[in-house]
Amino acid sequence: MEDFEPTIIAFVCNWCTYTAADLAGTSRLSYPKNVRLIRVMCTGMVDPQYVIKAFLEGADGVLVSGCHPGDCHYINGNYKARRRIKLLKEILPQFGFDEKRLRLTWIGASDGIQFAETMQDLVTQVKAMGPNEAKLKMVI
Amino acid sequence: MAISAKIDVKDQDILSSLKDFFRSILQLEDVSAILVPQHLPMKNVVMPTLVTDPERLDGVDPLAPIFPANTAKVVSRLTRKPAGGKVAVVLRSCEIRAFIELVKLKQGYMDEVVIIGIDCLGAYKNTDYFKFVGEDVTESTKKFYQSVLSEKGAAMDDVDLATACKACEYPVPDSADIIIGLFGMDISSQLLVQAKNSKGEDLLIRLDLSDLEEPKARRDAIESIITRRTDYRDKMFAETTEATNTLEKLTGYLANCINCYNCRVACPVCYCKECVFVTDVFNHEPSQYLKWAIRKGAIKMPTDTVFYHITRLAHMSTACIGCGQCSNACPNDIPVMELFRTVAQQTQKAFEYEPGRSIEDDPPLSVFMEDELADVVGIA
Repeated sequence: MEDFEPTIIAFVCNWCTYTAADLAGTSRLSYPKNVRLIRVMCTGMVDPQYVIKAFLEGADGVLVSGCHPGDCHYINGNYKARRRIKLLKEILPQFGFDEKRLRLTWIGASDGIQFAETMQDLVTQVKAMGPNEAKLKMVI
Repeated sequence: MAISAKIDVKDQDILSSLKDFFRSILQLEDVSAILVPQHLPMKNVVMPTLVTDPERLDGVDPLAPIFPANTAKVVSRLTRKPAGGKVAVVLRSCEIRAFIELVKLKQGYMDEVVIIGIDCLGAYKNTDYFKFVGEDVTESTKKFYQSVLSEKGAAMDDVDLATACKACEYPVPDSADIIIGLFGMDISSQLLVQAKNSKGEDLLIRLDLSDLEEPKARRDAIESIITRRTDYRDKMFAETTEATNTLEKLTGYLANCINCYNCRVACPVCYCKECVFVTDVFNHEPSQYLKWAIRKGAIKMPTDTVFYHITRLAHMSTACIGCGQCSNACPNDIPVMELFRTVAQQTQKAFEYEPGRSIEDDPPLSVFMEDELADVVGIA
């Protein structure tokens, strides 16, 4: 388990969290390479199926990250995302997934430092959980 | 003042009494048609029929223990635009609740329908019904309702109610405009008919019915049925959870799924007009399958079965009304209803949502509050 390197898929919104990631980069902050960012226009467009697909393909963790409440570029996409994450946190554990593998955060465009720290914390946590069993099983 | 009245029954022949009652509704000036299950002249099956001629109700049989499809979808087709006349629709409890969910999604409208719900005695699986039914459909139905209403149960001739019906805690169609009550009534002489709202009252008041208070025996009978069904349901939840609580077990549970999507087609609340699973998104490149197989050494074909079911649950589980048509439609006898209902009860509880209760309740994924669900945010 010592050398287990988790794969984390992060759906980040164009306007806040992706911009924060960009800021982290231009500020020469580093964060673990385990996190694979997928830029979406808004967390409100993250259909639950994207998250399910990521887990079934073997992602050890999935992060959805967008603008702080009230800051959504599309007014309320992040509130809709929050309900969908709640829904997934009810469904996935019924099939043995640790609900802590799925995370939702709000990281604003100016929060480059917070972005790098969050990614670091997330990787540490998922590492401690060990690999997602779907990666090893005959599941598609 | 809500209307509570009686429909007279002669010789325990409920079907004749219902036929007369429906005819009297169809003869009302403002009712253009009635949608009611009838056995068809050309085959021994009971299907919904849309009737405008009061003389064409001879096959009325809403109590036959067959449930070929959830009629909510038919009512949705009838009402998605103004039809130019009022239609009375005779539905089972689960069909009414499914229709209410479709109305919330603007896939049906209440304006031109009056919903008549009948106490639901349940149904056999479609394939089991054909083992049960004899030459005379009406006689078979009579045998069924007499046995159920005399507490002898629905099991006979090696067939028993579908699991969904055994686990259904909504035997009385409370969301209807008009309810026809059978449970706890002396069916040799009368049935109960009640208006549940002003739409129902407006219709019943014009029929020549004598008043009848809801007897206490009826309330007791209903309570006892619900208790029995709820116990069965909870046992089903516990067994299904045990059978699917790891990804490996779930994969086994769904192992013979062939992605026919029958469960989706049969589902009255699977609301997307075009399902993502039948789009080109899932028409993978041939090389993709090889890549998956190389990565894991072996994969089950067709792919995307577990993915499909979990995604469907994410999309429709809060609206699942438990009619069981998914299991009826499965060609490989996977107990999908048990799985969908088990997950649905959890998601419905999480959002404190009871599908089909009232059109006033917003589907939980269609709304939000600014200040809620703080516990799902953050990584602490």
